[in-house]
Amino acid sequence: MDSKKYQPVIGLEVHVELKTKSKMFCGCSADYFGQKPNTHTCPVCLGLPGALPVPNKKAIEWCVMIGMALNCEIPLFSKFDRKNYFYPDLAKGYQISQYDQPFCLKGSIKLSNGKTIGITRVHMEEDTAKLIHQFGTQNSKLKTQNDEGYSLIDFNRSGVPLVEIVTEPNFETAEEVKEYLRKLHQLVRALGVSNADMEKGDMRLEPNISLKREGQIDLPSYKVEVKNINSFNFVGKAIEFEIKRQAEILDKGEKPTQETRGFNEAKNSTVSQRSKEEAHDYRYFPEPDIPPFRWNQEYLDKLRASMPKLTEEKQQELINKYNINPVSAATIVYNPDLYRTFASTASIGQEAFGTAYEVTANMLINKKLPYIEVSSEELAKNIANLTKVSNIDDNKLEKIIDEVILENEKAVEDYKNGKETVIMFLIGLVMKKAQQKLDAQMVKEKIIQKLK
Amino acid sequence: MNLNTLTITQAKEGLKEKKFSSVELTKACLERIKNVEPKINAFVTVSEKEAIEQADKADKLASQGETLQDKPLLGIPFSVKDNFCTKGMRTTASSKVLDDFIPPYDATVVAKLKEAGMVILGKTNLDAWAHGSSTETSDYGTTKNPWNIKHLPGGSSGGAAASIAADEAIAAIGSETAGSIRQPSDWCGVVGLKPTYGRVSRYGVVAMASSLDSPGPITKRVEDAALILNILAGKDTYDATTSPKPVDDYLATIKNNIQGIKIGIADEYFDDITEQVRKKVLEAIKVIEKMGVKIIKIKLFPPKYTIAVYTILQRAEVSSNLARYDGIRFGNDRSFFADEAKRRIMLGTYALSAGYYDQYYNKAQKVRTVIVNDFNKAFKEVDVILAPTNPWTALPLGASKDNPMYGEMADALVEPSSIAGLPGINVPCGLSNIGLPVGFQLIGPQFSESLILNIAYQYEQTTQWHKLKPKL
Amino acid sequence: MKINVFHVAKLANLPLTEEEKKKFEKQLAETLDYVAQLEEIDTKGVEPTSQVTGLENVTREDVAKPSFSQEEALSNTKSKHNGFFKVKAILEV
Repeated sequence: MDSKKYQPVIGLEVHVELKTKSKMFCGCSADYFGQKPNTHTCPVCLGLPGALPVPNKKAIEWCVMIGMALNCEIPLFSKFDRKNYFYPDLAKGYQISQYDQPFCLKGSIKLSNGKTIGITRVHMEEDTAKLIHQFGTQNSKLKTQNDEGYSLIDFNRSGVPLVEIVTEPNFETAEEVKEYLRKLHQLVRALGVSNADMEKGDMRLEPNISLKREGQIDLPSYKVEVKNINSFNFVGKAIEFEIKRQAEILDKGEKPTQETRGFNEAKNSTVSQRSKEEAHDYRYFPEPDIPPFRWNQEYLDKLRASMPKLTEEKQQELINKYNINPVSAATIVYNPDLYRTFASTASIGQEAFGTAYEVTANMLINKKLPYIEVSSEELAKNIANLTKVSNIDDNKLEKIIDEVILENEKAVEDYKNGKETVIMFLIGLVMKKAQQKLDAQMVKEKIIQKLK
Repeated sequence: MNLNTLTITQAKEGLKEKKFSSVELTKACLERIKNVEPKINAFVTVSEKEAIEQADKADKLASQGETLQDKPLLGIPFSVKDNFCTKGMRTTASSKVLDDFIPPYDATVVAKLKEAGMVILGKTNLDAWAHGSSTETSDYGTTKNPWNIKHLPGGSSGGAAASIAADEAIAAIGSETAGSIRQPSDWCGVVGLKPTYGRVSRYGVVAMASSLDSPGPITKRVEDAALILNILAGKDTYDATTSPKPVDDYLATIKNNIQGIKIGIADEYFDDITEQVRKKVLEAIKVIEKMGVKIIKIKLFPPKYTIAVYTILQRAEVSSNLARYDGIRFGNDRSFFADEAKRRIMLGTYALSAGYYDQYYNKAQKVRTVIVNDFNKAFKEVDVILAPTNPWTALPLGASKDNPMYGEMADALVEPSSIAGLPGINVPCGLSNIGLPVGFQLIGPQFSESLILNIAYQYEQTTQWHKLKPKL
Repeated sequence: MKINVFHVAKLANLPLTEEEKKKFEKQLAETLDYVAQLEEIDTKGVEPTSQVTGLENVTREDVAKPSFSQEEALSNTKSKHNGFFKVKAILEV
């Protein structure tokens, strides 16, 4: 078997559960994890006769924000639709979802290898109840056909807001998929809309995998969906298994069946569940109980402005403004307390005490000082004291400066091309090499002299 | 005096003046129910014990100084159509699927009426799931028309209308999707008001067609209907399709002079009706004309086309709304559905299924727009439209059996206004040559309930029809 | 126009007997023939109306409210177990 002659075509469907206070269409608490069964229900989420849905404003805002963060178009008109099918965990016999006019369309996200992954759509829907399968009297799989089996249903989860994010089939490797998932995970947490805790089922993944021949332009004529994957790691394993399995089938000259498969953790393999050929006819039609949505540009602009900044944006900002190195920037951004205090501490440090930004960053990161519940002024003062300017032998300094200039060709070049702020960066490096705090002004003049 | 024959206004006055108590009033109704129910079968559930308890409570509140200002329906006995969820009280929608369903919550309409002090006598019969215009498709036997028990009361709110015609209750609550309030009110000779879609909350009403269902009052007098609407109308946070428009005081304008109001008459609505209906409605028009209104001939979209639109829209929404009845969380499983429900579910499912959506459902929604525009055009020329409510008077028992399009064809004259979400009121205007009631309807633009109630009231008070009672 | 009654009944989760199938087939065909009238009406350039109210953007604030007790939630079921609704086993791997 030579999998090299096939190219994987992978798409991903992710469901993210929002951490709103109430459910999508009713006021029941959405915090269902670990609660006693059927204690968070009402006529609406229990699907009782006469109940009607009223959409959660915050949930919709958050869905649109996720779309904006994924560079989606936000159509000015959208609506909810009914997706009709029967299953015991679906109280109404239909799920309120979005079909042809979702909140967000046509977005994109860039991976570290430069590739752009297309986001087909981001839409809102409601979660189903939780099914617990017990066979006989033990929590085990069905033993024989004659075992008295039953399933149990808990409607606490029924109606919790879900955002569905669908990508174009642009992925080619399991690694790419994992990177996308990590980015998505970070993104929803940075936005503050979901805990995205995979163990709690806040984030559910469904890759679809098919293979095309190297050079084939058309998409493959089949695709296999894999469900029931509980971690990023397992996604990778599932994808790898599928690629291998499908290649083997194609090698034989056959076509893999279009179907849905389940992931078996114990064996790191996928197992056939039901044929996707027998596709559900969902009989979508516009939800008559919920009037449609019409945004205006002003509303969308306001929403966008209210979004918390995303991780990458924040990192870049730090790098641009304070000239600290990317590793420091990343570390600071990932720690909310540190992030909160750094900007003001660094500014005060520089203005009042001449402390280089990089020095402030280092001191905070390496935990030389506690920074929680300490004011920025105090912190800056402490840092200055600890890194007092000390004297240095002229020759030693010259040598250090020369080394720094040699080791940082690009920075020097930037400076020579007019980017004056680079000087601060070089000063920081000099001090770092010298392992002592020096008179920043003096060092600056020396460097400038050398670069003339 | 037979207290059960009183209207709301008369009952309120009597209670205020302490001529009788609510318990006496309620007992009078319960007595009447006991006497006539074997002939009429208007009720699915009679809640005698609860009703007397509620009446007793009402009397106590009244004696403590609770004025009828705060609770405008204090101690007044009502019948409630059995598709409204009543907390702790069996609600079946006249289907064996819900034979033992006891809702853990009240419909908004019920909660509002309870807050206003109403006493519930029981739940009235309907076509199962409100699927019909005869009440014959109820799983609990058909209701008979009090004017002639060999005839149908109409439907789907047949039990409600019959309970008023037979003086079993002082007032009733029904619901209309396309005719279900107006038509049985017509056949039973009582007042029936279908408000604008979105004027009254649907929360807690067993859904039939979500984009059409409208709860409303069925009463002995126009004034009573106005009073009830005052209580029911308004935005409900539990129903996203209710309008935030401020609610009129419908009683305040009911006695206004109706001179100069432009009333539209369309020949299309008089095309396929019986002679008896034509005669009585034309007479009514003459009476109204004498009151100084202007009768103007208009052209309207032929009602017969709306039958197809309504059939598709309603069955499609029905097929989805009945999907929740799987016997898991409540009620019995789907094998308990009777024929009519099964037929409608299947046609609806088919109309929405892959490949047929555009041809049926989407097309019907487009024709809906055409109908809405047609009415908008008409209302530029006239203020309200007057027409017969139903092409014929109450049909004999058995008329609806195994006729799959029975209801839709019978409701041709009310379907257009329902599809457009407009308000309509049925007003009795006489008896046929064999003693069956005839009524006419007034249809107004959206949120024009004040106007149609006003005209209806003036006509009613100028005539004697509202004083007629069937001999039971 | 004939409907595949068995297929539709399956989609609609309705149990049907052979007798019912025959009866409904005829009745549904009658209804469909009647609604074919729709095609006579010109709807070129007409938008469908889903909401006669003209309402838009109706939402509610994200506030948690009290729910049913477990007892209330289960009060109407014929099959329950330890606070759950109970159904015949649904086989899923």
